[in-house]
Amino acid sequence: MSFISIKIKGIILFFLIISCALTILLLENIYKRKEELNNKYSDLIKVTEEDTDPEKWGINWPKQYDSYKLNAEDTRTRFGGHGGSEALPEQKIERDPWLKRLFKGYSFSIDYRDRRGHAYMLQDQEQTLRQTKPQTGSCLHCHASVMPLYRELGDGDAMLGFEKTHKFSYNEINEMLHESGHGHPVSCVDCHDPKTMKLRVTRPGFINGIQKLAESETELPQFPSIERWIESNDSNPYDPNVHATQNEMRSFVCAQCHVEYYCASEMPLEFPWENGLKVEEIEEYWSEKKFPNGNEFYDYIHEESGAKIFKAQHPEFELWSQGIHARSGVACADCHMPYQRDGASKVSDHWVRSPLLNINNACQTCHQIDESEILARVDIIQDRNHKLLQQAGQALMDLLDAIQIAKNSGIKELELTKVFELQGKAQWRLDFIAAENSMGFHAPQEAARILGEAIDYARQGQSIALSMVIQIDQVMNFENKDKIFCDSTIKIIEKWINIVD
Amino acid sequence: MILKYKIELLIIIIVGILLGMLIYLFKYANGASYLSSDPNACINCHIMEPQFDSWQKSSHHSSASCVDCHLPHETIKKWIAKAENGFLHSKAFTLQNFHEPIMIKDKNKNILQKNCIQCHDSMTDDITNNHYPIKNDCLHCHSSVGHSNQIGMGKFTKELK
Repeated sequence: MSFISIKIKGIILFFLIISCALTILLLENIYKRKEELNNKYSDLIKVTEEDTDPEKWGINWPKQYDSYKLNAEDTRTRFGGHGGSEALPEQKIERDPWLKRLFKGYSFSIDYRDRRGHAYMLQDQEQTLRQTKPQTGSCLHCHASVMPLYRELGDGDAMLGFEKTHKFSYNEINEMLHESGHGHPVSCVDCHDPKTMKLRVTRPGFINGIQKLAESETELPQFPSIERWIESNDSNPYDPNVHATQNEMRSFVCAQCHVEYYCASEMPLEFPWENGLKVEEIEEYWSEKKFPNGNEFYDYIHEESGAKIFKAQHPEFELWSQGIHARSGVACADCHMPYQRDGASKVSDHWVRSPLLNINNACQTCHQIDESEILARVDIIQDRNHKLLQQAGQALMDLLDAIQIAKNSGIKELELTKVFELQGKAQWRLDFIAAENSMGFHAPQEAARILGEAIDYARQGQSIALSMVIQIDQVMNFENKDKIFCDSTIKIIEKWINIVD
Repeated sequence: MILKYKIELLIIIIVGILLGMLIYLFKYANGASYLSSDPNACINCHIMEPQFDSWQKSSHHSSASCVDCHLPHETIKKWIAKAENGFLHSKAFTLQNFHEPIMIKDKNKNILQKNCIQCHDSMTDDITNNHYPIKNDCLHCHSSVGHSNQIGMGKFTKELK
């Protein structure tokens, strides 16, 4: 080897040492990946039903907790969320002034903003200007980790405690919550069994609601376990924690809150699913509903017209259940909390957010097409829904104008009963889609059908109100032959011309 | 004498250490499994588990394993493709910088297409030889033959009770 110069030998030695180092690095990397697989989590601390503080759970499940903490991030998509530099999300009632007029006589006309992440659910509810009107303790069913308080109020029985809370004011229940140390937004214990980490539902409103839904006549192909329960003639009521499949639970945990409900002080919080989940089935349920004192059910009286109105909350679960994704067995968590890979292990993303911010994990697992193409397709669906929504909003405004003209012409409220009924039907449908947080995406055809009906009912009401005004005009002008129409009729004709324009 | 060959001795020792480490690395990383055609080798790193699961539920699981569709059938081309994919996959997994969910690339798609036709030649002769220039590949329509549509959790249908 003496013919090789010392310099070359030095270089060979250098590369050999580098190779050794790289081999060790690679070994270390493989070791790490193998370990990731073996240690899914470390059981460092015992968690119980009383542990509403997510930080404690985070000691055992740091990966899930890391992504859960991201729920405090600002995120925005074209139609929702909060991503600006301002402290609070944009006012919806200022962006779409028809919303403000829709809610006249109801506290949503005071303050109604875009949503923020789960981390803000309690804080935003405590601070909303709607709190200037008295609010009920029922609201905390969904805005806090409230189960220990329910058990405390019901002496161990959460259902009993829950049934008491509507009688308390929001501030009373909120104070009890913070005093008992459970003043946290939705937390681990709300969806996971602390002993087994199995998914479970805890909220009394949902447990009662889904039980009624299972007993209803409606077809539910999207929920195979309910169909199986019906066929088995089980004498026990349907219990999601016993009967539902794991895949259904990945939607049910979200449906504990992302639904339509009654939430005020007259009676306990209630999910209206006795006839089914469709918009008209829920409407039918509310129309037949009576308050405990025997009075007819409604959410508020419209300040301008005097019509009795049902307010739609945020029926994400109901609208999703009518769409193709539900029908195909795609759960809420599949798109909003998709699996993400962490080294060699698989963790479901606990940063609950719009799938549009996470296209590759949320959509491309099933739809193997370009990210830009997926975004474009979603945008088409949402844009169409947005246009139809604005059109329905305009139809409602025209109806309210017509009612105003009718009232000014001296038509009495009693004579306008049919028009009020149509306003209620139109507004319920418009609100159902406007309040729902997907801009129609959860079930695009169903959303379009509902908005179509809203426009139809609003225009029907408008034409009835206006023809009543014209009839009155004709009677009034019978003696006054010089003027063909009086002022109010001229206003209507001008209005119609505007619509045609 | 020994002092004169000091650097040579050092090189020999380090070559020995390196070789030893490489042999251990090969064993520790289940290197031998990659030389086989066993489908389990494809899920050593767990990334392709959904693909593996859906292959087991597909119509082809009894007649074709991973390599039958995803590698060329000619010996030399097969080992070139295997080496290339093996290098790219291990690089991606080590550096953890790949697109997820994983999607097939054009080069591998061509291999797949050729294999469809090679096995199903008697059935596809008419299509490939005669009238129609093929624009779409077989999988455009027969997407579920190798991997059933239900990847991951899947739908728990009534029929499964």
